Amino acid sequence: MLNIPIKDYFRETRLFHSRLAVAAVLAGLLILLLLARLVYLQLIAHRHYETLAQANRIRPIPIPPARGLILDRHGVVLAQNYPVYTLEIVPEQVVDMNVLLEELGRLVRLTEGELKQFNKLLRERPRFETLILRTHLTEEEAARVALRRPYLNGVELQARLQRHYPLGGVAVHALGYVARIDENDQEKIDRNAYRGTQHIGKLGLEASYETPLLGRVGFERNETNAHGRVLRTLDRQPPVAGRNLTLHLDVKLQQRITELLGKRRGAVVAMDPQTGAVLALVSTPTFDPNPFVNGIDTASYTKLRENPDNPLYNRALNGVYSPGSTIKVFLGLLALEDERFQPDRPVHCAGRFNLPGDRHVFRDWKPAGHGAVILHDAIVQSCDVYFYRLAHTLGIQAMKDFLASFGFGRRTGVDLPGESSGILPSPEWKQARGLPWYPGETVMTGIGQGPILVTPLQLSSAVSMLANGGRRLKPRLAMKIEDAHGRPLRTIEPARDGALSLRDPAHLATLVKHMTAVVHSNKGTGFGIGWNAPYNIAGKTGTAQVKGIAQGAFYNEKLTPERFRDHALFIAFAPAENPRVAVAVIVENAGHGGAVAAPIARQVMDYVIMGEHGCKDPAWTEVCTKALRAGAAQLPKRTEPAGD
Amino acid sequence: MLERLHLDRTLFYALLALAGLSLLTVYSASGKNLGDTGGHALRLLLGFGLMLVVANMRPETLERWSPIIFGMAVLLLVAVLLFGTVGKGARRWLSLAGFRFQPSEFMKLALPMALAWFFARDSLPPRLWRFGVAVLAIALPAALIARQPDLGTAVLVAAGGLALLFIAGLKWRIIVPLLAGAVVAAPIVYFRFLHEYQRSRIDVLLDPQSDPLGTGYQTIQSMIAVGSGGFYGKGWLNSSQAHLEYLPESSTDFVFAVFAEEFGLIGSLVLIGLYLFIIARGFLIAYLAQDSYSRLLAGGVTLTVFLSFFVNTGMVLGVLPVVGVPLPVLSFGGTSLLTFLAAFGVLMSIQTHRRIVE
Repeated sequence: MLNIPIKDYFRETRLFHSRLAVAAVLAGLLILLLLARLVYLQLIAHRHYETLAQANRIRPIPIPPARGLILDRHGVVLAQNYPVYTLEIVPEQVVDMNVLLEELGRLVRLTEGELKQFNKLLRERPRFETLILRTHLTEEEAARVALRRPYLNGVELQARLQRHYPLGGVAVHALGYVARIDENDQEKIDRNAYRGTQHIGKLGLEASYETPLLGRVGFERNETNAHGRVLRTLDRQPPVAGRNLTLHLDVKLQQRITELLGKRRGAVVAMDPQTGAVLALVSTPTFDPNPFVNGIDTASYTKLRENPDNPLYNRALNGVYSPGSTIKVFLGLLALEDERFQPDRPVHCAGRFNLPGDRHVFRDWKPAGHGAVILHDAIVQSCDVYFYRLAHTLGIQAMKDFLASFGFGRRTGVDLPGESSGILPSPEWKQARGLPWYPGETVMTGIGQGPILVTPLQLSSAVSMLANGGRRLKPRLAMKIEDAHGRPLRTIEPARDGALSLRDPAHLATLVKHMTAVVHSNKGTGFGIGWNAPYNIAGKTGTAQVKGIAQGAFYNEKLTPERFRDHALFIAFAPAENPRVAVAVIVENAGHGGAVAAPIARQVMDYVIMGEHGCKDPAWTEVCTKALRAGAAQLPKRTEPAGD
Repeated sequence: MLERLHLDRTLFYALLALAGLSLLTVYSASGKNLGDTGGHALRLLLGFGLMLVVANMRPETLERWSPIIFGMAVLLLVAVLLFGTVGKGARRWLSLAGFRFQPSEFMKLALPMALAWFFARDSLPPRLWRFGVAVLAIALPAALIARQPDLGTAVLVAAGGLALLFIAGLKWRIIVPLLAGAVVAAPIVYFRFLHEYQRSRIDVLLDPQSDPLGTGYQTIQSMIAVGSGGFYGKGWLNSSQAHLEYLPESSTDFVFAVFAEEFGLIGSLVLIGLYLFIIARGFLIAYLAQDSYSRLLAGGVTLTVFLSFFVNTGMVLGVLPVVGVPLPVLSFGGTSLLTFLAAFGVLMSIQTHRRIVE
């Protein structure tokens, strides 16, 4: 280390020592500054601070803001706050705590747990602080305490605001709920912003719009004596109430869909295809979020969790289903677009398909087949063989790329937390998981089976693209944010998220024509809902297999246990010429899409286009009657069983 | 006895006194919480053990390990950003096998070690390119820490590194324009790059009443604690500011406020005197050191200790903004404690392994 020439060594030492001296002097000066400040605080200003600390203390007390309301598009309140009574005690003002608790026990119901919790607070908190003994007093209990209050020293009856969802579970999968701030939240939040607030949005819109809904905490600065007793209020900065959130959601529609689904498990998402506005987002069964606000008891929670219908599960956002035949409209557009396939060259459908050199048989839903079909027939009658051939000809890569541009396989970007992205499989996707890609999977993808999985929200967003000329919009539940007095602050604009690039835009119009025939031509699988419709509907039925069927065996709905029955799907938009509503319906284990899912979609479209009274609305009666007559003429004499 | 263990007698006794005061104050500030105080005592013991180990390593060994230690500290900082635990709105901690530690604290020692190693490769004063590289070596950890975000520690680490550049002999004609540049840049940084909460801390320093619920509250309560302590103090365990929970972070960053409230001006003078003594001893060790690495490291470590002391005390006394920087050895907090005691171990190693005695 010391192999440096002596001369340099001395020069170095001199330089280092001089620099060290400068640093030491600077450090010394700065410490002198601290000492001066210390002397100032502890000697010169001591009296002043002594006064602040001893005689009078200034203590800011937070005043929590009222959380913003959530309203549906017509102003119906979906989430609000209502006052609840809490029973609070200031220990230092109490003469004899045991006597007091005994007396209170006669006025209100006090459980063992509440008393234990209170005794814990009693040991831990300063004696001048207000401690909560019980929340949620009934009106009667509150009245009893209020009456005795003049004789109860140290007892306070407080009205605090509590979140309430007046409609219960109707929109719970969209709204989410608030619940008590837990340890996880504690670490993430700005604790100052939550002073005095005990709740935070946990799920749904309550979570995604937490910041505007929360509002800003206010405070009161009180002069208190050394023991913390308030002497007078010095100043007060009022809290700013949370913003009100108005949704695109129509809660009447939401309610009607929930009733239509009844006891079935399923999901329905209805959107305005022009803006991405979500008009209804239903997942059944639902559950009542109100018990969650102050912590649901274990027994009820276990009951919800262990319910085989899984009401806590948000099927619209997280339910992943095989799209089944609904995928055919998207692949049908690809058939028109891709130059390798001639959509109008007839394909012979004999009810079965196999890959060259392979004996595995892919069956059509109609065992006898559909005969010679072109794209129009293949979509209208939902011919599987046509799409097996299409998939085989175009290959998985082309299908994957085209389906990806509809947003399959990735999150839609909806303003709700935690949506699933579904699965848009490809050979690379499977290889990444160490699995081989089988040619048969390409074929199955052609009819929306196999590894491909979509969420109801993705389906409704994709069908919106067919309706609006190919623009992809992020689904939006929130319409606008207003302040507590109803003054508008921010309108949430439609959010563009890319678009289809088509070789020829006329192809989309052709496809819409085919989709319209699904519902309005008497061979269409959706004809059951279309024949008496006073406007044109473009749609597609679908059936998603839940359980694989062995080679050579047949699916028999009646003999299959309910949980293994097929899921019914239907996607549609209307009016076909100038779409105002796009909808995706999935009903679990309900069999054919045309029979169960399509009628629900029809009701949704009637509601949006004709209003809540539908054909009974005088403005529509005449149109409806005309449509009924025209349709009746078209009705086939013998109705075929509803197809796929 | 102490000499044979390679412990510097003067420094050792001063640190022992500091550790004793630390235990007393943490016990009081934590609300007579025996669990916390016991944990603190255990970490102090561990820290003194670490100090002993480091003091017994030869400076040559430390020198060889310096770049590796620095590299690992940088990796840990990257790991914090990737896998760190979030607390109080920032990602500052790593959890490993049940232990939570704060890698940014390690940097307070690792950076001076790396810089001293780097400059000692060549004769002093270092050439300009070495200063260039050194500035990058300072900026990298500082930026990583600032990302967490922990601006206080980032500034402290950077300041420690820059102080080392100064004692290494950075030319005045470079220092002066840089300082001038910093003065000009300060408002730009303030308005363009700081988080709102960071800006509010500076605003609050100028007007504590502007945010009486947030950081202003801390400054106000801290000043009340110190000021109401007066000349003699309120006596041990009598800090009403801490016990009535007016003073937040009373056993960590604001521990000095509790001390000053309970022991008054007399106690505070003793405590500051103790720090002054330790820092002076550090300067002396640097002065006596005979090779470039030992000199620069001793000087750099001493300046880092000084800066931590100054920034923390300045914050408690309301002359510097509220930044989460602990007081060396006195504050409750494992990583900081271990790092500082290891740093004192480095000073002792340098002092007790000197080859030429004049």
